[in-house]
Amino acid sequence: MLTDQNWVLSVGVFLPLAGVLVMMFIPKSDELLVKFVGLLAALATLGIGIYTLAEFDYGQAEKLQFAVNTSWIDVIHSRYIVGLDGLSLPLYILSMVITVLVMIYSWNHVPSPGNPKAFYMLMLVLQVGMAGTFVAQDLVLFFVFFEIVLLPMYFMIGVWGGENRQYASLKFFLYTMFGSAFMLVAFLALFFKTGGTTFSMTQLADLVQQKYAEGGLTSTTMNLIFAGMALGFAVKVPMFPFHTWLPDAHTQAPTQGSVILAAILLKLGTYGFVRIALPILPQAAKVFAPWIGLLSVIGIIYGAWCCLAQTDMKRLIAFSSVAHMGFVMLGISTLTSYGINAAMFGMVAHGLITGMLFFVAGSVKDRYHTLEIKRLSGMLKQVPKLGWIMGFAAMASLGLPGLAGFWGEFPAILSAFEPAKGNVDLAIGPLSVNLYRTFMIIASIGTVFAAGYLLWLYQRTAFGTPTAEFAGLGADADDQDDHAHGAHDAHEGAEDTGHADGHHEKLHDVGIFEWIAWAPMLAAIVFFGVYPQAMFKVFDPAVSLISKKFGG
Amino acid sequence: MIATAAPGWFLEHAYVIPLIPAVAFALIIAFGKRIPDTRIGRYTIPGGGSLIGVASMLGSLFFAAGAALQWIQYTDGENYVAAVRKSWVWWQSGGIEIGLGQQIDGLSVMVLLLVAFISTLVQIYSLEYLKGDRRYTHFFASLTLFSAGMLVMVLAENMVQLILGWEIMGLCSFMLIGHWWEEKANSRASLKAFFTVRTGDIGLLVGTAIVGLSAQKWITANGLQDQYSGFSIEGISRWALAGDSQYKSVLTWGAVALFIACIGKSGQFPLHTWLPDAMAGPTPVSSLLHSSTMVVAGVFLVARLYPVFFEGLRILDTNVNLIAVIGGITIIVAALLAFVQTDIKKVLAYSTVSQLGYMMMGLGVGAWTPAVFHIWTHAFFKCCLFLCAGSVAHSGSHHSFDMKKDMGGLWRKMPVTFVTWTISSMALAGVPFFAGWYSKDEIIDIAGGNQYWVFFAIGLAGAFLTTAYMTRATYLTFFGKARGAAAGIHDENHSDAHAPAPSAHGAADAHDAHDAHDAHDSHAGPHESPWLIKGPLVILATLAIIAGLINAPAFKIFKFEEWVEPKAMPVSLTGETIHEGSARNISVGAFGLRTSSEGESERKPVAAEGDGHSPTEGESGAEEHSAGYPGSAIEEGHLTGDCGTPGFVPAAGTTCYAPGVIHHEFEWVKALPAFLLVVLGFIISSAVCVTLYGKKRRPLAGLTERNIIARGLYKFLWNRYYLDALYEGVIVRGIAHPLARAMYWLNQNVFDGIVNGAGRSGRKVGEITYKYVDQGLVDGVVNGSGAAARGTGTALRPTQSGKVSQYGALLFAAAALAALILVLVNS
Repeated sequence: MLTDQNWVLSVGVFLPLAGVLVMMFIPKSDELLVKFVGLLAALATLGIGIYTLAEFDYGQAEKLQFAVNTSWIDVIHSRYIVGLDGLSLPLYILSMVITVLVMIYSWNHVPSPGNPKAFYMLMLVLQVGMAGTFVAQDLVLFFVFFEIVLLPMYFMIGVWGGENRQYASLKFFLYTMFGSAFMLVAFLALFFKTGGTTFSMTQLADLVQQKYAEGGLTSTTMNLIFAGMALGFAVKVPMFPFHTWLPDAHTQAPTQGSVILAAILLKLGTYGFVRIALPILPQAAKVFAPWIGLLSVIGIIYGAWCCLAQTDMKRLIAFSSVAHMGFVMLGISTLTSYGINAAMFGMVAHGLITGMLFFVAGSVKDRYHTLEIKRLSGMLKQVPKLGWIMGFAAMASLGLPGLAGFWGEFPAILSAFEPAKGNVDLAIGPLSVNLYRTFMIIASIGTVFAAGYLLWLYQRTAFGTPTAEFAGLGADADDQDDHAHGAHDAHEGAEDTGHADGHHEKLHDVGIFEWIAWAPMLAAIVFFGVYPQAMFKVFDPAVSLISKKFGG
Repeated sequence: MIATAAPGWFLEHAYVIPLIPAVAFALIIAFGKRIPDTRIGRYTIPGGGSLIGVASMLGSLFFAAGAALQWIQYTDGENYVAAVRKSWVWWQSGGIEIGLGQQIDGLSVMVLLLVAFISTLVQIYSLEYLKGDRRYTHFFASLTLFSAGMLVMVLAENMVQLILGWEIMGLCSFMLIGHWWEEKANSRASLKAFFTVRTGDIGLLVGTAIVGLSAQKWITANGLQDQYSGFSIEGISRWALAGDSQYKSVLTWGAVALFIACIGKSGQFPLHTWLPDAMAGPTPVSSLLHSSTMVVAGVFLVARLYPVFFEGLRILDTNVNLIAVIGGITIIVAALLAFVQTDIKKVLAYSTVSQLGYMMMGLGVGAWTPAVFHIWTHAFFKCCLFLCAGSVAHSGSHHSFDMKKDMGGLWRKMPVTFVTWTISSMALAGVPFFAGWYSKDEIIDIAGGNQYWVFFAIGLAGAFLTTAYMTRATYLTFFGKARGAAAGIHDENHSDAHAPAPSAHGAADAHDAHDAHDAHDSHAGPHESPWLIKGPLVILATLAIIAGLINAPAFKIFKFEEWVEPKAMPVSLTGETIHEGSARNISVGAFGLRTSSEGESERKPVAAEGDGHSPTEGESGAEEHSAGYPGSAIEEGHLTGDCGTPGFVPAAGTTCYAPGVIHHEFEWVKALPAFLLVVLGFIISSAVCVTLYGKKRRPLAGLTERNIIARGLYKFLWNRYYLDALYEGVIVRGIAHPLARAMYWLNQNVFDGIVNGAGRSGRKVGEITYKYVDQGLVDGVVNGSGAAARGTGTALRPTQSGKVSQYGALLFAAAALAALILVLVNS
């Protein structure tokens, strides 16, 4: 039964602002209280999220639930329409979880130059934008939320980022703005061309088909509108060749920024495709699908190769996102329920796994003050737990079955074997089978490269013995006695004394806040890997509704 | 006759077999390190969670044995018996539900039992062998998960579950081969293993997509979707044997793709290069990896989805096919490499590769049953051989695996190891009445019987080579003069352990160094190993003699065939056998059952005559037999059904699950050539060994320096046909370095260059426009792109970022305000 508790989503989205409001009145110097209030707000929001999970009617996951439709900005015919279906639910909840976890991690990891008050406030605002985007059912509302996200992230990178932060943050901001400008134009064109009375997504989708059938909307117009939207979303995803902001933003962003960026922000783009571009303009989607597919597989290979060339761990992980989002987009481009399901799963899986990898990278940076692969070695010896977690995340990222990453990757490959068959009613033809089968093979070659760059990274950083620079600073120094066999240790011991006068402090293994922040993610990676049905059954009905338009 | 008996509890609940070690893995990881060693009297109970692993394997073994016994009762040897299937929804997508479950039939029961048994012994052996290792707990955790992975794969109900088990093994092999990852050589070897297999896995993913989705289409068209998903093993088998012509090319592509995966996993040529390097792991790992798990997975997959390969590659229907060719090449290529190894484990590694080639070739020539039987027999003696090598290193050669440097004359010091080694070697070589003989000989026999003369010859040549290299290894290890550590000289060894390994074999040679660190040390000189090591050896050696007896054509024992071979009869959907056209005698024309040039299949007329033989008649009717080859061109054998015959389409309402296997009558005459070659191999190799490595005169020593041909050949083999150089030096290096860098250069200078360039020039345009042109002239389009471009340009000058911040602050404030109002209004 559908509940009509229409307050749930509005509260879930805007509750963090209450936290922001309270925090405004807390002096900056009272860091503990600031953090506490921030975390409390995020936890309360998550509480609403869990309530939403419990109240959600999984039997009707294809329907919009907790819907609100009320007037908002009448002048521009925009209404406040929010609702949640199986497509939105996982991402909506993920955004809340990630925010809480990032805040926990930040408890003792506020990046320089400090100021947790501003940092926590920004994260809460970010949360509003992310959650809002996933529930908005009105294009203008969607756009507003989509843009709200930009600012906190811009400041996060620009203020708390690395050396080159200002370049990176501006590039991030402007590149995305550039894309969303086209998106906005497309939204407006859609509204005017169809003669809509609101910006409601469902209404516009119906109007498009009506107008198209009447001949009031030409394919060219639809294609142009689609192109505008697609550009906006593609930059956000980011799809090759619009990805160049990503490595810079990721590399320069503080750990928390990278995690949120990877876990949620990139999904706004792919979600946009599934929620808006495909259902509203199916005919145009079919026209563009092969090109999207092509760019996706190029992205898969290209991203992987760029990864192989990296010397910086964080930049490598950033490029791996390009490759992984390629799989997601490939799934979407098949226009089948297989593919879109894979994409939906891939979004969440990538969020968890790459988020985890960025967390690890952040912690490595914290300890070693460098992410240069060359200088890191033998992490498993020095910080064994961190090393293991990194290995785990790397394995998940390369798509090992039994862990979440597999279910985004393999079904996407599967789906390319048989792309959408087309739908005569909507005058949508079939996609080229041969083309997609070629994509399938290229994409599966990509999985080998994924194993390549991740394991090579792992071999260079975690395996082996610590480099001279850091030798003897970690757990390797403690368990000297454990080695009963003289010769090898004597060798190591000689190194230790040689570098004992280094300037580095002792390396400590995974700390308590890190454990609290990471454990849920690690558990989720295993849980969804072992029992993917838990998520597939949530979005499958909603996805089938979309793919039906393409004959799937 | 319908098998009326209920399958029984163990068969119904076979899924617990992999579940036990999976849970044990979690327990070991969680608690293993906290369990200390405890002393009870004289005995030390090992801690570290290792006993959890052993116990879990014993548990699996118990359930597997129960399942095997019930299976034997359940089958009647004549009729098709439906597999015991179970499935729980694992994931659904677009209306297709794919499950996690079990598919229990003869094949899976056999391999389950085998895996559980071998794993148990290997774990017991490891208790002693790995004692005191710095990652003792991790080792047992990985080993347990490894077995769990194999077990999951073996009872997989569908392809996706099979992939799960397959990849878990990949992961565990990565962890175990790189167990001592401090040394670069070891981490390299583990990476290489993972990668090579992963490269093959491209085929697995693609092949699964091809067969799964095509079968799904067929299943839906035939209204069977309530019984199967397209990915289920049975669904795929039925689809492949349905004889639906529209899927012909799809079948071929699917079979080729899947076979590529098997090449990678089972170390077939040309992807066999990872296997010898995998010796970098601890010896028990090599033993497990090479006997019953991991490398057997590829062979298992071919056997499991045999209908796909049978139809897709037209086995028996053409005189050559991909599987037979790859298998055949592998037999020879690997066996030759075994001759130039100095590392005892590498000899065994190449021997495994070569034996896997036999299995593949067997499957390729239609010898399903003996090939699968060879999995069974090979596991025992190969496991034993590896454990013997470990025993030698553990107690005889001071943790060195170098036969030339540190072994020799050990037979007197290590009698148990020597005897068990010899028995297993004889089984491997195919000496009559040892386990390996029964399986290997029938593979060769069927290759000949089905008129695959080239592969018949390869099989014989392989037997010769196998005997020869095993004789060499035995001689070097146990006979001749004691050298190095075997003679009690340790110092050299110690210093050697830390010196970098010679570059030619650099990748994996360092493993001996680790054993020196990790296994417990005793400087007492060569001696026999303790019972935890000897026990498994004796058990395995016993099995290396008797395990073959369950299918001994020479003694008319066909138990294995009865229990494991699926009956190739069309079966009604409810599982009833359709009696027409079941077991009967057939004659085989030149090149097996290939359609002859007249366009008439040799098998067809027989099928047309199908006169309703009852199955019992067919079995007993298999007496009239061939006159032996190679004399006559016409060979007879008995076939247990029509399924898989060219042009055969099961009648409506019936279905096939497996293609028929043609068995040929055993004759001592036919077994003679292989036996003579084995004897010849032994004599020649012994003679060469004595003259090359012997105690006294060594006329052949240094031949490779004196003779240019010998030197060239030796160099070619020593460098492993330069395949590694090609893969690592050219392909991997090429991609990892120049190609990746070029791509990154492209990224920074072209794709990003365009963005930055647009920014820079946009800023210029903006400046010029501002300076010289009236701002009002700039239309909307230019404005839009200009703004973006200017911004990016500004990015290059951080000081000018004010504008963006202002805009941002404004938008932010507006949004916050709007949102706030909303909350107030709506609540």
